[in-house]
Amino acid sequence: MPDEPSDLVQGTLDMLILKTLALEPMHGYGITARLEQISRGTFRINAGSLFVALQRLHRAGLVRSEWKATENSRRAKYYILTQQGRKRLEVETREWGRQIAAIARILEAS
Amino acid sequence: MSLLRNIMDGLRSLFRKEQVCQELDEELEGFLEMAVEEKMKEGMSRHEAGRAVRLERGSLEVAKERVGSAGWESFVETMWQDLRFGLRMFSKNPGFTAVALLTLALGIGANTAIFTVVKGVLLNPLPYPHPEQMVSLAETLRPYPQFAISYLNFLDWARMNRTFQAIAAYRQNNFNLTGSGEAQRVKATQVSAAFFPLLGVKPVIGRSFSPEEDKPEGEPVVMLSEGLWRSRFGGAPEILEKTLMLDGTGYRVIGVVPKEFYFCCDNTNFRLGDVYLPVGAWNVPWMHDRGAHPGLFAVGRLKTGVSLEQARAEMNTIAQNLATAYPDSDKNAGIVLAPLKEQMVGNVRPVLLMLLAAVGFVFLICCVNVANLLLARSTARAREFALRAALGATRGRTIRQLLAESAVLAVAGGALGLLLAMWGTQAGLAVLPQALPRANDVRLDPQVLLFTLTVSVLASLLFGLAPALQAARADLNEMLKEGERGASAGGHGIESAFVAAEMALTVVLLIGAGLMIRSLTHLWAVNPGFDPRNVLTFTVALPASTAKETPNQVRATVDQLTDAIAAVPGLNAVAITDGAFPMNGDSEVGFWVDGRPKPSTQREMPNAVNYIVGPDYLKVMNIPVRRGRFLMPQDNLHSPFVAVIDEYFAAQYFPQQNPVGERVNLAGFDPPLQIVGVVGHVNQRGLDENENSAATVQIYTPVAQVPDEYISLLAKAEGFVVRSQAPNHPTTTAIRHAIEANSQRVAYDFEPMEGLIADSVANRRFTMILMSWFAGLAVLLASIGIYGVTSYVVGRQTHEIGIRLALGAERRDVLRMVLGKGAKLAFAGVALGLCAAFGLTRLMASLLFSVTAHDPLTFVVVALLLMAVALAACYLPARRATRVDPMVSLRYE
Repeated sequence: MPDEPSDLVQGTLDMLILKTLALEPMHGYGITARLEQISRGTFRINAGSLFVALQRLHRAGLVRSEWKATENSRRAKYYILTQQGRKRLEVETREWGRQIAAIARILEAS
Repeated sequence: MSLLRNIMDGLRSLFRKEQVCQELDEELEGFLEMAVEEKMKEGMSRHEAGRAVRLERGSLEVAKERVGSAGWESFVETMWQDLRFGLRMFSKNPGFTAVALLTLALGIGANTAIFTVVKGVLLNPLPYPHPEQMVSLAETLRPYPQFAISYLNFLDWARMNRTFQAIAAYRQNNFNLTGSGEAQRVKATQVSAAFFPLLGVKPVIGRSFSPEEDKPEGEPVVMLSEGLWRSRFGGAPEILEKTLMLDGTGYRVIGVVPKEFYFCCDNTNFRLGDVYLPVGAWNVPWMHDRGAHPGLFAVGRLKTGVSLEQARAEMNTIAQNLATAYPDSDKNAGIVLAPLKEQMVGNVRPVLLMLLAAVGFVFLICCVNVANLLLARSTARAREFALRAALGATRGRTIRQLLAESAVLAVAGGALGLLLAMWGTQAGLAVLPQALPRANDVRLDPQVLLFTLTVSVLASLLFGLAPALQAARADLNEMLKEGERGASAGGHGIESAFVAAEMALTVVLLIGAGLMIRSLTHLWAVNPGFDPRNVLTFTVALPASTAKETPNQVRATVDQLTDAIAAVPGLNAVAITDGAFPMNGDSEVGFWVDGRPKPSTQREMPNAVNYIVGPDYLKVMNIPVRRGRFLMPQDNLHSPFVAVIDEYFAAQYFPQQNPVGERVNLAGFDPPLQIVGVVGHVNQRGLDENENSAATVQIYTPVAQVPDEYISLLAKAEGFVVRSQAPNHPTTTAIRHAIEANSQRVAYDFEPMEGLIADSVANRRFTMILMSWFAGLAVLLASIGIYGVTSYVVGRQTHEIGIRLALGAERRDVLRMVLGKGAKLAFAGVALGLCAAFGLTRLMASLLFSVTAHDPLTFVVVALLLMAVALAACYLPARRATRVDPMVSLRYE
């Protein structure tokens, strides 16, 4: 049932946030909206989880942040992918691809 | 990079909390606002949109809480909260806090103090470069495991060995320092040229001795200690140009030994000197006689990579070679090597380790008491914990908070304890500086601080864990339902076990102290063979010019001196003593009974302790005459040579006959001496001598018959003993005045005979005093413990007691019930303690004297004493229980 939002696979939220930020710097709600839009509503992200993840990424030096005005001239904190974050995204994407392929093979084998 | 950022971010959250919170608020509000706007675009009203967003995204407060508690800093923050809460709790209960703090401070302080000493003396390396290479050397001569070295042997060891970088000899001497100010008696240490380089000592100014100066023909040179240099010469560097007059001979000063230099060895009589001289330049006959052992001992530094075992093997070979080459003096002689540290501190190791164990026990008892206090309090706080649990606190959270509270207590107690320890260590060392080698290495250093901290943290776990676990275990429902009194249900099992355990620890400490006290009592009861009361000993140094007098002039000078002292009013008797002196100096001589076969070498002769004394010696010391007579003024060079022997000598060598009239030969002395009397045996080596080694036979010879060739011994300095009519009468000042009327004479080392005896048991007495203190402390703490638990139990049972009384129980029955519980507890503890003591006291056997480690009297008395104390401690709460008014206690319901 694609309409019912499902939980994220453990540990993938960080990767998805990095991926979203790889396109352009974005504020918290923008990240949520983008993720939900692209996943066509499969993922729904809770504010607590999102900001805990952002704090974690910030502390790991994968993103930095600055306060900027939005298109609606509201003040919001924008998150920007750092060089380190970009590298981490590449690594995680590659690793994810490998795991997906492996899981697919296992599922097909039966 | 990211670690740094993590720390920075965390610190920012901790210290700029306001700002961080505000930013988070703004960000979250923005987030929700945007979500709401999105919904409103879909046509919802603002109110509906707000509801939908809260449902989908969660509430603002929860999100904030989750973000706020995700970082490490939130852990710090809760801990900080817990600590502040703990402090508040303690400040609200000043009585409880004071008792707990004081208990902990005593336990931690005593441990820190003893550990400071143990570390300084036993654990720290010796203050020399590569201390592990340092070895002490001595000769062996049966029955002595360590004997002074003959100088010629020492020179051969130094020449023949291949395993040492260097070996150096040392010995003690005394000189009169004259010129530039008042005459002064100085302690001299005579050392080989290799001594200071070997120990890595760098002179403050000047240099140390050269090998050429360490020979009989060497130029007379001297080094000063920094202390003497500063006190007598004002620390002037020109001292190097000066000449020092020692016993009338001029010595050129070549260097100053730094005050940091430390070397001390009880076993070999080393002590720091005021002046240092090259030992090889000491040109006296016995330095050139292989059979003589002029008080020399040696220290060596092993070559790198050489083990002590290799050195031992080589020195054994050398000893055998010397025995073959010089059978007369070296047959059966051996060389004994030991790590230098062992020599320096081996004597005090058992004492210190025992004290460390004792103080560890005290520490455990302290922890148990504080744990009991906390347990009682946490039962009283049961409702608080139940409420916390009801509000969502997890077990872990409650335990964490209680442990934080214990940590506050332990750290505060530790800080107080550290103060106590600093003060206690200093006071302790000031009381007994001589009994302890390396006392100047005892100081508070970072490792000691670390020890205190570790002990404090350990303490907080030890006494905090049980109450915390118990509090967290409590059943929420039961607790809230039953209210205050319900908490008593399973409570006092742990407390009782704790009290029994501390009783057991106390028993062990008390038995340890009891055994020491019994040993000391036995020691003091030992009759040393003489009467030490009102006897004073001292030494008089004669003017340097005396050495140049003829033998008869020297004798006249000595007689004159004796007469001058005897003229002091208030003295009963005066005697000169040379050679050996009880408890304070050994001198032995080889002998054989005249008419029996003479042993072929001096090594094979039996030895006798040789007292060379004046005729009034017996009167001063009050030694009983068993047969014949003692030495008399008439025994001089014009009459036959005579000797008096002790009863052991008589029993051993003349078992079936009267020794009076027999004759005895002394090695190196012609002709044979006629035995004129037998006197009682005296304890030569301390009150405990019979315990440790077979007593040596004793022989007395008159000073007046010292032959011309040995007269130089008398020309330098004389020992004296005097008996006065009453204690402290006359004063030492009066005696000193009489002696120093001749300005060239110096009197020194005044010491009451009782003081010398006390010194011989100083180690044991020190141990006994400390053990008694610790045991006393343990008894006090244990009685507080059992009192506390009994009062607590009685308090909890007020209701039950009230019912019993209402139902017709006698007050006597109540008393018996409460006391019975206490007695059961005490009995369990005492029984456990007796078993533990039975196993542990064996370890202190070497410190005991004519008491076995399992002395039944001590065990029984301690057990009874502690039972009595425990019952007395229970009596107060028990009496309170009998005063319970049934009406009041039931109405309470």
